[in-house]
Amino acid sequence: MTHWLIAPVILPAMLAPFIILAARYHIGIQRVFSITGVLTLIAIAGGLAWNTSDGTIMLYQLGDWAAPFGIVLVGDRLSTMMVLLTVVLALFVLIYAISSGWDGRGRHFHALFQFQLMGILGAFLTGDLFNLFVFFEVLLIASYGLMIHSGGTTRLRAGVQYVLFNLIGSTLFLFALGAIYAETGTLNMADLANRVQLITPDETVGIRVAAVLLILVFAIKAALVPLHFWLPSSYAEAPAPVAALFAIMTKVGAYAIIRVYTMIFPPDLAVTSGLHDVWLLPAALISLAIGMTGVLAAKRLDRLVAFSIIGSMGMVLVSIALFSPVGIAAALYYIVHSTLAGAALFLIADLVRSSRANLDLTPQPPVAGATLTAGLFFAGAIAMAGLPPLSGFLGKLLVLDAAYGTDLMVWIWVIVLVSSLISIVGFARAGSILFWKAKSVAAPEGAIPAPVPATMSYVAVGGLIALLAAHTIFAGQVHSYTTAVAAQLFDPEPYISTVVDTPGKLSKPSTEDH
Amino acid sequence: MELLLASAIGIMTAAGIYLVLRLRTFPVILGISLLTYAVNVFLFTSGRVAVGAPPVLRDDITVYTDPLPQALVLTAIVISFGMTAVVVMIGLGAFLGSDDDHVDDCPDVPQDPPEGTS
Repeated sequence: MTHWLIAPVILPAMLAPFIILAARYHIGIQRVFSITGVLTLIAIAGGLAWNTSDGTIMLYQLGDWAAPFGIVLVGDRLSTMMVLLTVVLALFVLIYAISSGWDGRGRHFHALFQFQLMGILGAFLTGDLFNLFVFFEVLLIASYGLMIHSGGTTRLRAGVQYVLFNLIGSTLFLFALGAIYAETGTLNMADLANRVQLITPDETVGIRVAAVLLILVFAIKAALVPLHFWLPSSYAEAPAPVAALFAIMTKVGAYAIIRVYTMIFPPDLAVTSGLHDVWLLPAALISLAIGMTGVLAAKRLDRLVAFSIIGSMGMVLVSIALFSPVGIAAALYYIVHSTLAGAALFLIADLVRSSRANLDLTPQPPVAGATLTAGLFFAGAIAMAGLPPLSGFLGKLLVLDAAYGTDLMVWIWVIVLVSSLISIVGFARAGSILFWKAKSVAAPEGAIPAPVPATMSYVAVGGLIALLAAHTIFAGQVHSYTTAVAAQLFDPEPYISTVVDTPGKLSKPSTEDH
Repeated sequence: MELLLASAIGIMTAAGIYLVLRLRTFPVILGISLLTYAVNVFLFTSGRVAVGAPPVLRDDITVYTDPLPQALVLTAIVISFGMTAVVVMIGLGAFLGSDDDHVDDCPDVPQDPPEGTS
């Protein structure tokens, strides 16, 4: 049994206390360790993704306890792909946080950043529902600290809302887990997949309640309308690098929906029939419409980006809610795209903010380094709105193609296309006010011009845009890989048998040691 | 016993939801605490209620209660305890900063000066 699978959880978990205890007052040492840690994680995640790309299921039994009794970590194509996406995003976010000086505006940024990574990576790798809850809590605790990093009253107020909303979400998660355990007597995902099939049709009340509660919890994380109210304030008020990292947190919710509702409650299961097409799909369509309308209606750039995140999550969930291999493949392609595009836009909003009094969409004197910032905003907005030539366009095409011929095809096509148009108008309006109208406003007399943002900040944002370009150029390869991921998800038998049948302690009842 | 547990869970959940829907921070935090108590008892009963039975397997014991929910409850208690402390601290900071403890958005709160420039 290889131990590499637990490295993405262990490494940040060791690094964060080290940064707090040994490098508490030395921001330089913290930066070196943080960057080195993330680079190592990229190497490990690349290795794991390579190892599972041929369809291998990696299994790690903690303490060598066999599956239903012990906690397992499982790496398949989906989880290693999400792990790789997270750590690559973390690298660029970290470069930006360091070069813009955000990490020095409060205490313990790097330690909390590593704990946040530990929670996210653990949530992607775990094969146990209660362990998923624990990793959700780890990433949430770290995100509470990061969210209010460097303080300020408006940020603290937004932080209170964010924490309270997520505490209620965690409570719901525990209710769902209690209901599942009471019905099945296990919380291991693979074991659950086997046992849920055995429930007779007239005894499904408890498990149906649990399935609905669980999708509510994941929908809160994925900011699905009407459970999205926590997102705009908290993402807009969070420090920019933190908001950029949070772009992956909504995807944790999407990942959990894909994982649980392809394996434990598959689409053809009678117990949960109607959950996907009657509830999830319309809610996702409404999220898409509301998010993109919010892009047009927003009065501040940071809220505009936050609403575009809601819209893009709507798009992801529309594609997921089709629950076909084509739909999941398109959703995964779009998840990679929207994570990178959303993070880039939050960082660009911070580039604008660094030399403006506020982010209100009103004409104000030009920002420092306006040409380059405007160029990056242009690219980021094209990507997020889904115009050619960047990957948002291809992602949208894949979603539309996946929806072709389904029952709600007309609705999906109309809402996707109209909301794209609305978001184009919204982004065009924001860009022209921020960068073009600024030319007609003279800077006040005697104003000291703000310094141009550091070169490495532009490198970080440019790197994210370059990844989007690569995501477009290699769209064929990426899409064939996400198709392979979806194929593996819809054939969960190898996953289940690997988890349940791998021997470990307690796998056979022994008479001498109890 | 079942009736006592079920009504305790129900009453605590109802009171918790009522308090969570209030507009000020303090009742909301109390409501979340009540909800976490309710969920702890709920998790405790998810392994079936067995009165007076030990939670461990030994050679001479035939009646025992499921130990796993007890471990789950322990984890849940620790996490909710820590989270409540965190939200009290953040809520206190927000209240002291703005002299207002509403949890909803108030449009008239003054903007902070841009970071890094002041």
